[in-house]
Amino acid sequence: MPKYTFRLNGQPVSVDSWDPAQPLLYALRGPLALHGPKFGCGLGQCGACTVLVDKTATRSCTLPVSRAAGREITTLEGLGTPERPDVVQAAFIAEQAAQCGYCTNGMIVAAKALLARTPKPTVDQIKQALDGNLCRCGTHTRIVRAIQRASEA
Amino acid sequence: MRTDVISRRDVLKAGGALVVSFAFAGVPRDLFAQARRPFDAAQGRPVDSGEVDGLLAIHANGSVTLYTSKVDVGTGIRIALAQMAAEELGVSPARVTVVEGDTATCPDQGGTGGSTGLIRGGTEIRAAAATARRALLQMGATQLNRPVADLTIADGQVQPRNGGAGVAIGSLIGDRLFSLKVDRNAPLTPPSQHAAIGKPLLRPDVPAKCTGRHVYVQDFTLPGMLHGRIVRPPSMGATLVSVDETSLRGIPDVRVVRVENFLAVVAKDEWAAVRAATALKATWRERASLPGHEGLDRFSRSAPLERDQEILNRGNAADVSRRAARTMTATYFWPFQSHASLGPSCAVGDVRADGSATVWTASQGVHGLRGNLSKVFGIPQDKLRVIFLDGSGSYGTNGTDHVAADALLLSKTVGQPVRVQWMRHDEHGWDPKGPQQLLDVRAALDTDGRIVAWETEMWVPNAAPGARALLSADAAGLEQEHGTGSGAITQNGEPPYAVDNVRVVAHLIKDTPLQLSNLRAPGKIANVFAVEGFTDEIAAAQGVDAVEFRLKRLSDPRAIDAITRTASAFKWDTRPSPNPRAKQGPSTSLGTSNVLVGRGIAYMRYKQMENYVAMAMEVAVNPATGHIQVRRVTCAHDCGMVVNPDGLRNQVEGCIVQTLSRALHEEVQFDRSRVTSVDWTTYPILRFPEAPAVDVILIDRPNEPLVGAGEAATAPVAAALANAVFDATGVRLRTVPFTPARVKAALA
Repeated sequence: MPKYTFRLNGQPVSVDSWDPAQPLLYALRGPLALHGPKFGCGLGQCGACTVLVDKTATRSCTLPVSRAAGREITTLEGLGTPERPDVVQAAFIAEQAAQCGYCTNGMIVAAKALLARTPKPTVDQIKQALDGNLCRCGTHTRIVRAIQRASEA
Repeated sequence: MRTDVISRRDVLKAGGALVVSFAFAGVPRDLFAQARRPFDAAQGRPVDSGEVDGLLAIHANGSVTLYTSKVDVGTGIRIALAQMAAEELGVSPARVTVVEGDTATCPDQGGTGGSTGLIRGGTEIRAAAATARRALLQMGATQLNRPVADLTIADGQVQPRNGGAGVAIGSLIGDRLFSLKVDRNAPLTPPSQHAAIGKPLLRPDVPAKCTGRHVYVQDFTLPGMLHGRIVRPPSMGATLVSVDETSLRGIPDVRVVRVENFLAVVAKDEWAAVRAATALKATWRERASLPGHEGLDRFSRSAPLERDQEILNRGNAADVSRRAARTMTATYFWPFQSHASLGPSCAVGDVRADGSATVWTASQGVHGLRGNLSKVFGIPQDKLRVIFLDGSGSYGTNGTDHVAADALLLSKTVGQPVRVQWMRHDEHGWDPKGPQQLLDVRAALDTDGRIVAWETEMWVPNAAPGARALLSADAAGLEQEHGTGSGAITQNGEPPYAVDNVRVVAHLIKDTPLQLSNLRAPGKIANVFAVEGFTDEIAAAQGVDAVEFRLKRLSDPRAIDAITRTASAFKWDTRPSPNPRAKQGPSTSLGTSNVLVGRGIAYMRYKQMENYVAMAMEVAVNPATGHIQVRRVTCAHDCGMVVNPDGLRNQVEGCIVQTLSRALHEEVQFDRSRVTSVDWTTYPILRFPEAPAVDVILIDRPNEPLVGAGEAATAPVAAALANAVFDATGVRLRTVPFTPARVKAALA
């Protein structure tokens, strides 16, 4: 079975896949046993599966594992832990910017990418940056507040 | 490649694999035997909500475990329940752990719905804690050789009120049973002394959710677990003619399972299951039995009825109406809507050779699900354990009960644990739907403009008794109930104002095109949309300000308080609608055209006996495109005693934003055969750029009984929005969703 090697949360990893078109998401959630990225639609429409690929927010449900080879992948787990959360994660916790939390992965990862290129975004810039991330519970106002808080930290 | 064709009779045989399974050499099954043992039964703990020990345990180290069937589907009841118990037990809420929704260990306090999480779940747990408190004080009195009256509980200790050495509650009871019935009248800590209740404590699950460590049912795995995907028919009620398994050539370790019209694939690798479900060629005999979503309002008015139900009849509305100086009438319509949960439903089923079975699920009603699965699949209830794990947000019943049956059926078939997650098109296409509602409202006015009679007629689906039919069981030809309940959808059909003659009638439609669900605040959103939209129509017709009009017809001080606080925080400009100065310059969010700006208000009391909620909204409407931008929302919310103000605020905000999404965008589309809105393009929901500023005013009444908060603030949203759009444009929207095309057409 073909093997694909990339860096995941700072560590070199390799996964076997019978299908080069297998989305990265299934490799992350299956053999690599990570649960931050979630399956939401498999269509690149909702953002629940977002990961950073070389610091760019990317839909792992539509990115073939073969195209992850040689790249630097960061997932929600790679940002921080419950005990030592990253600045964006800490802001989401402080603002309690989650209800069910299924979309939270995508929100935090998209916010990381936004703040990397725009450290002090306006509310409108935050909303535009998250246009492709859906939240069903209606936690939008808190998520925007959390990203503002992170940008001020 | 192999197809396993199984008869429905085989499915009902007890235990064991029905077909030879994949060889998973050396899977140590004992690894997870531990997790399956009903440890509480081993300890002799009763699974009974009438017993203190059924609802809580105090451990030797002074920590507390609560056991409840009320589950946290993102609503924050974990921390709220902990606060209610901690208040009576004199411990920090941080020391309280909640075990939710495990049928082996948690007593049945009912499913999590109808905003009963705290009303019933919390109140029962608090009574158990208060009963335990009284017992602990007595034990402490013996230990300390002091009268009970001298003692109190705080910081995890029974201690003298005036200081001195105490004794830890963990050492008094430490994992032993109280063996006491819950005393519903056990004295509660008075509000003036609340230490835990009323505090905005952080939810315990949020750090793990924000760092990818929280285990959702979608993340749960077992050794030897297979991945299943269901191949649903291309049209509802289609029958399976043949399957071409050669279409799966090249996909590794995958098998087809067929039970009559139930068709699925299982594989070791999840992606292999996904690919196989897509690739599998099957021939179906299709059906075209649905009316289609176009013209569903006309369908609802003319469909055969099961019966008429008089919901309310006060005075003599019909007679008064006939003699009135003036009458007004209007028709409102609400379409089918989907839960559209962000994560497709998922479950893991494990049916063992000895006939026992366990299902891990995000179901909001684990005991009800166990009862239904037990009947349908012939597994005795005492051999079937259903365990809740968090799932994607669910607001009543999404696809989660169905997928539990899928997983159970597949595990029973292949004799190994099976995880099934629906695909996006499964969730949108097959989740049970919130029903369509058609409402005629009529008001009779006297010469002074007073409302002397009000009539509401609603056409809604009949609630046939019984459990909702499970998709896989129907497909497999298993006998089951076919209930069509969708919650208390006829509530809030009457105005909350002083009107002497009121009649509300529900015409209950015999059949429903799509399977129904109790989608958040069932029925109430549409009913309040009609009642409060129409109230606004009457006020506008009389040239009276909408706030003034409502206040004049209310006497309950809590209702008046909710409205006046909303109006004041919103900076409501008192005047009749429509807005004489609606035209404003270009708005950045709505492009370069001029916009029309207006504000609206709506008020209701949830179920006419619970929460008081008033809500004002400001909108900008672009007449060139039909786009509505909700700029800001102000909501005053009175649910009696507030347990956790931040958790409550989060719920109220969510109610508002989610219902704006429902009112602006959402309608299930279907043709004669199938649901056609099966992804986020065809079933759009609200996006970030549309999210308004939301200002929530919590009215805390610690001396009033608490009511729920997961639903009430949804109910006035669509009405407030329609009223604001009318104020801006002079055009009344009476059909949801308020899509740009519909708004543009209405303004033309």
